[in-house]
Amino acid sequence: MDAIILQILNGLDKGSAYALIALGLTLIFGTLGVVNFAHGALFMIGAFCAVTLSRILTLSHVVVDSTKTDFLGRPLEVQVPYVYDIFGEATGAAIIDWAVPLSILFAIPVMLMVGVAMERGLIKYFYKRPHADQILVTFGLAIVLQEIIKYFYGANPIPTPAPSAFTGSFDFGAILGFDPNTIIYPYWRLVYFAFAAVIIGAVFAFLQFTTFGMVVRAGMADRETVGLLGINIDRRFTIMFGLAAAVAGLAGVMYTPINSPNYHMGMDFLVLSFVVVVVGGMGSLPGAVLAGFLLGILESFASMREVIDLIPGINQVIIYLVAIVILLTRPRGLLGRKGVMED
Amino acid sequence: MFGLDKKDTMLLLLVAALTALAPFLLNPFPEGSAMAQFNAGYPDLMQRFVIFGIFAIGFNILFGLTGYLSFGHAAFLGVGSYAAVWMFKLLSMNVLPAIVLAVVMSGIFALLIGYVSLRRSGIYFSILTLAFAQMMFALAYSVLTPITGGETGLQLALDDPRILDGAVAANGNIPVPGLFGMEMRDSVQLELGAWVFTFNFGYYFSALVMLISFYIAIRIFRSPFGMMLRAIKANQQRLNYTGLNTRPYTLAAFVISGMYAGLAGALMASMDPLAGAERMFWTASGEVVLMTILGGVGTLIGPILGAGAIKYMENIISKINSDILHSWFAFLPDGLEDLLVTLVYPFIGKGWHLTLGIIFMLVVIFLPGGLVEGGQRIARLFKSKKTDRSAPKPQIEPGE
Repeated sequence: MDAIILQILNGLDKGSAYALIALGLTLIFGTLGVVNFAHGALFMIGAFCAVTLSRILTLSHVVVDSTKTDFLGRPLEVQVPYVYDIFGEATGAAIIDWAVPLSILFAIPVMLMVGVAMERGLIKYFYKRPHADQILVTFGLAIVLQEIIKYFYGANPIPTPAPSAFTGSFDFGAILGFDPNTIIYPYWRLVYFAFAAVIIGAVFAFLQFTTFGMVVRAGMADRETVGLLGINIDRRFTIMFGLAAAVAGLAGVMYTPINSPNYHMGMDFLVLSFVVVVVGGMGSLPGAVLAGFLLGILESFASMREVIDLIPGINQVIIYLVAIVILLTRPRGLLGRKGVMED
Repeated sequence: MFGLDKKDTMLLLLVAALTALAPFLLNPFPEGSAMAQFNAGYPDLMQRFVIFGIFAIGFNILFGLTGYLSFGHAAFLGVGSYAAVWMFKLLSMNVLPAIVLAVVMSGIFALLIGYVSLRRSGIYFSILTLAFAQMMFALAYSVLTPITGGETGLQLALDDPRILDGAVAANGNIPVPGLFGMEMRDSVQLELGAWVFTFNFGYYFSALVMLISFYIAIRIFRSPFGMMLRAIKANQQRLNYTGLNTRPYTLAAFVISGMYAGLAGALMASMDPLAGAERMFWTASGEVVLMTILGGVGTLIGPILGAGAIKYMENIISKINSDILHSWFAFLPDGLEDLLVTLVYPFIGKGWHLTLGIIFMLVVIFLPGGLVEGGQRIARLFKSKKTDRSAPKPQIEPGE
């Protein structure tokens, strides 16, 4: 029993990342009808927003500390971040420690801008072209973005730690009445799950309860009629693209402490996220979220030692296997709407 | 000739002449000169040109004719490579049985994967093939290590059985792949003044195989079967409504193009007897898509051009470093020189993929027909100019 709970918990954080990326993909597909292969790159750019901010915050200048000496007897040279000068040492240290959560504030405008620029600059010319062209051009864009990041940040993963308040682990077992230390779960993963839940909730609330969201939903159902009613639906869809980019970016920002960002993380997640979207049902937002968590949890179950002993290699292929079975038995996906991409 | 019409025969002969003379054509600059780095006439690179040419020709039979975009074609290349290396290990270093087994194995895999994937079309088909290829990659990398060699790849060893020709060559080393006594790495060098031309047996063997595959591709393009595939691309629904089952045709196209990929994989293993899982990774599948698009989807010569262009640029651009750049721009004033070098630097050397991505995007955006369409446009430009000059008066077009 405790093993099962542990696997479910383990699946949640990866599932959250899948769900967030798949949500963005589905938003773009549902509104603009574009298959965006560069969405993984947006996830990666978000992660590198966190890296950038923590680099900016730790920009420092050299101060000579005359009270201490180094091993050669010279006065010690200390690197002092500028943040210390501005906010004082205690607050400055706290700010640097909280660089990753602070990056959220930094990433939202950046990602919105990147998303809108991408839609206005490239994607809008591809609405009328076949899906194959859309796949190909966004695939090319993904390569370009990832190489630019590689040029500026290098090819190695860059460790970006979580705030020290979240470095420990949380003992679930003790709460649920199991032996202590049987079900432990890192705090940051818990934070990630909560964060994902908030973002997903916010996106759904935005679509469900605001006028803007209502118009967007109407546009998803019948773009032409909404346009005929005198609403500038294209502009709203552009904003939705920016929003989807921001969702992917935030998923990336918060994922950095779990997995050190490197330039190909976007591609790694992209393939899986597409599978998630297909399993959930093309164009269905709840489907994307559900499938994201489902596949994340399935993946973590498949990597249990007992399961691997039974079927070797299952942890590597389980997601693809599920996708194949779903596509062949229920082509519409778990919660897919009728008539969306059914050819 | 060979059942081709005049235009296709010309095309085939042109390709044959180009491949036969490639050691000369690709080596236009004298050895040791500043431009020698643009030479591509060395065996390793020329082999890659023709091998990826075969891969792209096969991919084009599927994507160019039926419009089904497979994102997992590298899987068949990998299967072909593994099969060929196993044949080298078990039977003989002769490449023919290796090629036969590779083509058969990749055909079987293509049949299985195609049977499942082709039940869906459009983006679902792309994702299904991608999923299958990723699955095969993951398995080859981990669980199937006894068969595939896992991370290190599948290599020849001294204690392999090699039933037909013994495990060890006369000199005590591992034997190299060959064809009835001729080794794939055999080369003849011809020195003409400052130029050095290399004629490699492996290259000419691969080139011959490519010409045969190219000929078969032309026959497929011109056959009723090819027409049917084009009809599927144009309007599959209408075909279905006329009571025609399209799936056998698409499946046949898929299997054929999978076999082409397996053939390319076998040749790759014949030139360098080693196979690794990274050949099946999805970026490798993306690469062949790029080649076909860059050359021209659905055209005969396009995939070969695209494969050549991409492999050439990959090799040449990744060799350029900042010193070479400095020597190029040396004639400029110092400040301008440094500025230009810093501007160009991200795109060369390790930045090759950036250049590739940009070229790819530009081609998809502005030239969906690839290099072939580009050539046609330029030709039309010249033609229309000529007609303008010869016929200044506007001609009245007869109504249709």
